[in-house]
Amino acid sequence: MKSGTTTSACLALLRRDLLLLWRRRGDALNPMLFAVIVVALFPFALGPETAVLARIAAGTIFVAVLLAMLLSLDALFRSDLEDGSLEQLVLSPHPLSLLLGCKVFVHWLTTALPLILIAPLLAQLLSLPPNMLPVLLVALALATPLLSLIGAVCVALTVGMRRSGMLLTLLVLPLIVPALIFGAGACNAAQDGLAYSAPLLWLAAWLVLSLVLAPLAAAAALKISLT
Amino acid sequence: MNPLLLWFHKLGSPPYFYRFAGRWLPWLYALALISGCAGFYGALFTAPADYQQGDSFRILYVHVPCAWMSLFAYLFMAANGFVALVWRIKLSETLAMASAPIGAAFTFITLVTGSLWGKPTWGTWWTWDARLTSELVLLFLYFGVIGLYHAIEDRRQAARAAAFLALVGIVNLPIVHYSVIWWNTLHQAQTVSLLGPSKIAPSMLWPLLTLAFATHVYFFASLLARTRVALLELESGKDWVRALLPSPETGHG
Repeated sequence: MKSGTTTSACLALLRRDLLLLWRRRGDALNPMLFAVIVVALFPFALGPETAVLARIAAGTIFVAVLLAMLLSLDALFRSDLEDGSLEQLVLSPHPLSLLLGCKVFVHWLTTALPLILIAPLLAQLLSLPPNMLPVLLVALALATPLLSLIGAVCVALTVGMRRSGMLLTLLVLPLIVPALIFGAGACNAAQDGLAYSAPLLWLAAWLVLSLVLAPLAAAAALKISLT
Repeated sequence: MNPLLLWFHKLGSPPYFYRFAGRWLPWLYALALISGCAGFYGALFTAPADYQQGDSFRILYVHVPCAWMSLFAYLFMAANGFVALVWRIKLSETLAMASAPIGAAFTFITLVTGSLWGKPTWGTWWTWDARLTSELVLLFLYFGVIGLYHAIEDRRQAARAAAFLALVGIVNLPIVHYSVIWWNTLHQAQTVSLLGPSKIAPSMLWPLLTLAFATHVYFFASLLARTRVALLELESGKDWVRALLPSPETGHG
C-alpha cells in the first residue's frame, strides 16, 4: 500500500481508532450494559406478565438501543479534539467527509454491532416471539447506522462545548424519530401478521441517502465548529 | 448599479437595516393589528357556525394561520441560514436566529389550539396522528436550533452552527405538509389550497385569509423588532451603536 493516498489515510485512521478502543475495551462494554439494564427495568415497572412484555418488546429494545448509542455519541470526537488530532484531520489534504465517514463506521462497529449482537438476549428478556427476531435484527441493522450518521452531524455541531450531553439529545432525537417509527413499526407490523417490508425499505432508502449526505454534512458542520 | 440591487446590498449593512426596520416597524404593527381585528371580527361574528361542529370550529381561525406560519417561519429561517452559510452575510445570520423563537411560538400555539379543538371534536386532547407528531417534531427542531444558538459563546459561530442545524432539519417540512396525504390518519386533509378551488364556503374563507395575512405581517414586524435588538447587541462596540446612545458626558459618570 502506497502511503499518502486517501485509502491509506482512511485505513490508518480506522486502525488507530480501533486500537484506541481496544486499549480501553472495558469502556466499550458500557453501552451494552446500559441497554440490558434499561430493558430489565421494564418488567420491574410493568410486571412480569408475558403477554404485555411481548407486546412492547420490539419498541422497548429499539428505544434502549437508540439511547445507548446516543450516550456514546457524545465521545465521538472528544478525545480527538482534546489531543488536537481533530484539527489535523481537518487540515489534512484528504477529503474530510471520507475521514469522518471512517470514524462514524468505527463508532457503528464498536457501539451498534455489539448492541445488535445482544438484541436476541434483550428479546428473550422481554419474551419477544422467536419468529419476530429476524425482523427486529434487520430493522436494527438498518436503523443503527442511521443514528451513527445523523448523530455524527449533530456531534460535529456541538464539538467544542464542555457540557454538550443534554443539548446533543435535543438535537439528535427529533431527527431520528422517523427511524424509530419505521424500525419499530416494521416489528409491530410483523407481530400483527401484516406486511412489514415497506417500512424496512423506507429505512434502507433513508440509510442510502444518509450514507452519501451525512459525512458531507458532518464535515461542513465540523468546519463551522472549529473556526 | 441597478437601484434595486444597490438597495439590496445596502440592506445588508446593520446600521442601514436598523434605520430601515425602525421606519417600517410601526406601520407593520398597525397593519397586523388592523387586519387581525378585521379577521377576528369576521371569524367570530360574520362567519356562520359549522353545521356539525357548531362554534368550536372558530378555534381553527387561530390554529390554521399559526400552523401555516410555523412552516413559513422555518422556511424563512432555513433560507436565511443558507444565505448566511454560503455568502456569510451577518444580517442573514441575525434574521435566521430572530425568526426561530417566533416560529417556535407559532408552532406551540398551533399545538395548543389544535388540542383545544380536538377535545370537543375528536374527544381527545392528543393523538399520535402523523400531522400532530410531525408538528411536535417541528417544535423540537425549533428548540434544538434555539438551544444550540445559546450554547455557543461566539455569537457568529453560534448563528452559523444553528443555521446549519436548521438546514438539516428542513427534511421535516415536507413531512409535516404531506403527512395528511401520506398517512391517512385522524387529522383532516387540507381544504384551502393556493392553486385551484378551496373546499370551504367563501363566507368562512375570507376571515381565514385575512388572519393568515395578519399573522404574516405580525411575523415580519416581530422579526424586525427582534433583529434590531440583536443587531445592537452584536455591534455594541461599533461607532454607529455608540452614536445612538446618549453621550457619556451627559450621564452620571
